[in-house]
Parts: sequence; C-alpha cells; structure tokens
Amino acid sequence: LPRPTLLREQHYQYLKKGLRHLSDSYECLDASRPWLCYWILHSLELLEEPIPAAVASDVCQFLARCQSPTGGFAGGPGQHAHLAPTYAAVNALCIIGTEEAYNVIDREKLLDFLWSVKQPDGSFVMHVGGEVDVRSAYCAASVASLTNILTPKLFEDTPSWILRCQNWEGGLGGVPGLEAHGGYTFCGTAALVILGKEHMLDLKALLRWVVSRQMRFEGGFQGRCNKLVDGCYSFWQAGLLPLLHRAFFKEGESQLSRQRWMFEQQALQEYILLCCQNPAGGLLDKPGKSRDFYHTCYCLSGLSIAQHFGNVDLHHELILGKEENRLAPTHPVYNICPEKVAQALQHFHQLPVPEADQRHGASTDMRAGVTAGIA
Amino acid sequence: MFYRDRKEWADLEPVPQDDGPNPVVKIAYSEKFSDVYDYFRALLKKDERSDRAFALTAEAIELNAANYTVWHYRRVLLQALQKDLREEMRYITDIIEEQPKNYQVWHHRRMVVEWLNDPSEELEFIADILSQDAKNYHAWQHRQWVIQEYKLWDNELEFVEKLLEEDVRNNSVWNQRHFVISHTTGYSSPAILDREVQYCLNQIRKAPHNESAWNYLKGILQDRGMSSHPGLLEQVLELKETHCSPYLLAFLVDCYEDALENNNQKETLNRALEVCEYLAQEKDTIRKEYWLFLQRSLESRFECIDVLLCQGISPLLKSDIKNGV
Repeated sequence: LPRPTLLREQHYQYLKKGLRHLSDSYECLDASRPWLCYWILHSLELLEEPIPAAVASDVCQFLARCQSPTGGFAGGPGQHAHLAPTYAAVNALCIIGTEEAYNVIDREKLLDFLWSVKQPDGSFVMHVGGEVDVRSAYCAASVASLTNILTPKLFEDTPSWILRCQNWEGGLGGVPGLEAHGGYTFCGTAALVILGKEHMLDLKALLRWVVSRQMRFEGGFQGRCNKLVDGCYSFWQAGLLPLLHRAFFKEGESQLSRQRWMFEQQALQEYILLCCQNPAGGLLDKPGKSRDFYHTCYCLSGLSIAQHFGNVDLHHELILGKEENRLAPTHPVYNICPEKVAQALQHFHQLPVPEADQRHGASTDMRAGVTAGIA
Repeated sequence: MFYRDRKEWADLEPVPQDDGPNPVVKIAYSEKFSDVYDYFRALLKKDERSDRAFALTAEAIELNAANYTVWHYRRVLLQALQKDLREEMRYITDIIEEQPKNYQVWHHRRMVVEWLNDPSEELEFIADILSQDAKNYHAWQHRQWVIQEYKLWDNELEFVEKLLEEDVRNNSVWNQRHFVISHTTGYSSPAILDREVQYCLNQIRKAPHNESAWNYLKGILQDRGMSSHPGLLEQVLELKETHCSPYLLAFLVDCYEDALENNNQKETLNRALEVCEYLAQEKDTIRKEYWLFLQRSLESRFECIDVLLCQGISPLLKSDIKNGV
C-alpha cells in the first residue's frame, strides 16, 4: 500500500465553499448553523489554512445575530438559545480570536442563560423546556470556563450528577442508567476535567472501556461495544486518551508512556486516511457514506490527536505518510487549537466575573413587573 | 400551495430570516422551506396562539424536525388551545416512526406522556421502534425513563431475555439487563449473583467472542471482587482451552489483579504479567500500549516486598531507579 495522503487541497475547497454556501440538503441543520461555523472553522485551523479577515468578521456578525436577547446562542437568527449552538458559537469565536469575535459574547446574559437551564440535581437541560443529558454539562462548562463566568455555585452538584453517568461498562451514558457511549463519555469526562473533578471517576475502568473501543481490524473506533466503526469517534473516543493521560499523571501515576497515547495511533491514522476521505474533499463515517462537515471536523480532529503526543513541555509526533499530512495540534478538552484556548483565557480572565441573577428561569419581563409594582 | 398565496393568511406579514448583509453558512432553502419559516417567524413574533399556527408547526416540523424552537412553540399552543393530547400522541407516534434518531421528537413524546400521565402505550411503542433498530439510543433512554417514572419493572427482564435470544451481541440489551436488576433485586444476594454469573458463562459458551457478555461478567463482579466468586477463576481457565478470546484473557488479568489486592503473591503477579505480555504481543496487539502500561503498573504496585527488602532496596526507590529519576 502506498503511503496515504491527506487530500488537503480538496478538503480546503470543500470547507471554503461550505463556509459561505450550503445546498438545500442542509435544511436539516437549519437549527445548527453555529455548529456549521465551528465544524468548518476548526477543520480549516487544523489544516492550518488562514481565515481571511473579511470572512472572520462576517462569521462574527452572523453569530451575533444568533445570540439570544436573553443570553446564549441559538441555532439560527430568531431561534431560542440552546447549549449546543452556544458551545459551537463560543468555540468558533475563540478560533477567530479577534477583539471583534470576543466582543460578540454578552457574558452577563450568557451567565443568566446558564442559570436558566441549571437543574436542582446538578444537571442542565439543553434549552429552556428541553431535555437533560451529559452533553449539556460539557457545553456549559466549556463556555463558562473559556469566557470566565464560571463560579462554583453554577456547577454545584454537577460533578456528582456526571459521575452517576459512569456505568458497569466503565464508560458514561447520556443520563444515569444508559449504555456507555463515546460521545457522552467524552462530554462527561471533559466537563469533569474543566471542573477539576476528573479523579472522582473510576479512571481505570474508563481507560479499559475506551481502549477496548478501538477496532482491531479497522483501526478506527466504535461508539459503543459491539457496534460499527465510525470516523467521528476518532475524536470522541481517541480524544479521551489525552484526558486520561493527564488525569493519571495528576494522580501520580509513574508508569505512563512519555511518547505515546494508550491507543494504536498509527492504526487510527490509517483508518482515517485510507477509509474516511472523499476524493472530492470532505471526510466521512466509513466507506460508502456521504461526506459532511461534522465528520470532516471530527475525523480531522482525531487525526490530529493521533499525530501529536504530549503538551507544551513534552511533544512527540507520529505522522503517518508524508510530512504534509501533519495537522495542527488540538486541545483535547475544547477541541480548538491550544493557542486559541490560551488566547481566549488570557483575554477573558482580564474581565471581572459577572454578578449573576440566580433566580432560575426568571425572565426580564417578570423582574421589570415586580419592580414596577413595588414603585 | 404557498402560505404567501393563501387568503386566510393575508393578514400576516411574513418575516424573512435576518442573516445579515454578508451571510455565512447560508443554506439554499427551497421555496417551500422559506415560505413556511417566513410565516413561522411571523407567528412567533406576534406570539399568535391559534389553530392555524398549530397547523403550521406541523409543516415546519416536517421540513426540519430538529428545530427545537418550533417544537417549543407547538407545546405552548397545545396547552393554550387545549388540544386533544390523545391526538397528539398519534401524531408524535407517526413522526418518531419516520425519524427515530431525533432528540426533539422523543422529548416531545415524553412531555405529552407526562401531561396525560399515561404511559400505557409506551412499552409497546418503544418495542416496535426497537424491532426496527434494536440499538436506538433515544428509544432505550425513553424506555428507561418510562419504566423508572411509572414503576413498570415487572416484565422488563423477560423483554431483555427475548431480545438477547434474538441477538446475544446487542450491548444495549445487556445494559438494560443491568438496569433492571440493579433497580429491582440488586446484585447483593448470592442467589442472584450466581444466576447472573451462570447466565453469562452460558452465553459465552454459545458465543465465545461476544465482548458484551464478558464485560457484563466483569461489571457485576468488579465491586464485590472478581475472586470473591468461588470457582470462577477455575471455570475461566477451563474455558481458555476451548473458548479462548482476548476478552477471556483480559478477564483473567482482572481476576489476578483482584487476587493480588487481597493476597500479594509472586506467582499470581507473574501470571498476570505473562497474560499482559501475551495480549500486548500476540492476542490483542491493537491495545499493545495499554497492556504494556497495565503490565508496568501491576509490576510497580505488586512488586514483591520481601524480595526487595532482601536486596536491601526500598520499593519506592527501586521504582524511581526504573523510571530514570
């Protein structure tokens, strides 16, 4: 087999076009447009393709229109706020990383939104009147930490709720009782890492579960035991290994490798490069499936994880194929480039943490009514 | 027929989407899509609570069932207009059958069931969805919610056994097995634990390379101690001859590790290290990095104390020397 090649130019053209125009087959993602921004921008940053300043500014202005007057971001202009597009919008703005981008985020209102979806048991609903699952804790923790609006009270009881999602398999389900699943396991674990509580998990059981999700023939990862491989799990599953490595290190584990993650990095790169690329650009689940921006983002993110071991101090690369296959490293908690994480933290930590209005679900209309009544 | 051409809608001014002057991720909506959503935005702006609004939400949903803003609005209308919730159950049943992998449809069904306080159709409905995709995560989530909320535990173990007969490799069903037992009898009683261990071993004999069965076996024993179950290690060593698999070998490592925790013996450690080596180099090479880590970890934790003392070296110092500190 010849050395596999990352089809950089083709992926670049696919992404460049999608950032501006999408066919009507994307009507099903009309309530996820900040996601489209994030998936495309993150893919471009992994490919180390610069975002032209005009485009970046247009993204900022669009995301500003997706921001809800009551805080948080919605799937499109005029829609209600939802934690998933909120996560995506904040990440996209941090990738852009300009003052204009950071200034789009109304931090005070964002905090109000997070309070409005917080539940008494420590969990979060995805949107007002919406469903609970562990994705919400990750989305909330991610945006709160990046924009410096995190307070201990906001995440009170959240770690213990997340912990209840770890099951007999060692991985995490979407809510307590459910089957362990790569996407939810990533969200729960990354949320706990942000909150500094990852040691509360049974890390050894989690490690055994996630390494067992790498398919011995395909080289890629499955999302759940006894299911099929899917390119997107290259990130959700493989991305857990850097998180666990760090967690074990913090616990004083002395036997960790100094060169490799605890998964077969080469096999994952082979799966992605040989089986998950569309020759016309874009990446996909498995051969025979259609390309899409979600799979493009997460296949490339997984490829980056598989290529780069270590952190700022210790870095070891394993690039399968040509040196030109090398992607930029990605931060395993936020899944944007580490420099953008650092830059955002630096920017927002200069600002004071907003005072929250903690009356859960209190609307501004209600407050105005009450004060008027008293006067 | 477009809404913009309907007489009964002439009083309402459609609201086009405000994407701004230089849109990004701009979707090339069909004429129908734009028309319906222009009118949806108009209704939302007015907060109109009418039957025509209710009817339009169904069209908006059909065009994009993931639009959670539309679903929320539909629920507001259901309550404001005192709509027939039985009819809504029929509606949501059809929608889920068409689009079973969508978050919003299942959440909507849950809300309607809660409002009606009537779970009587749920188990049969979910069983039907599972008959089409036995691993649908939303379906299992809804099922667990219904069972727990309305205490419908009685026939679920039977349902689990039926599905395991159909596909013993369905991991979602093994999870459901654990869900039911842990919330009913629990695993504390020796009778139940033994029944479950025997059940696993029987399934393993029939399908030795079924990871789910091995994971379940470990899952139910790990908190009590793998070596706590008498004769199990011997049974597994027997199975190793005729029904070997990477999962069996991993289970062996776990048994040895558990034994070491209670009684640190050089012979047990050596066996554990040997199996790790065998897995890393031959039987489970995709997980080589992990098995080698586990091997080093076991060696470091269970290094024979008296051997080290004989050598006059403290165990901690020896570990440091090994790690090049």
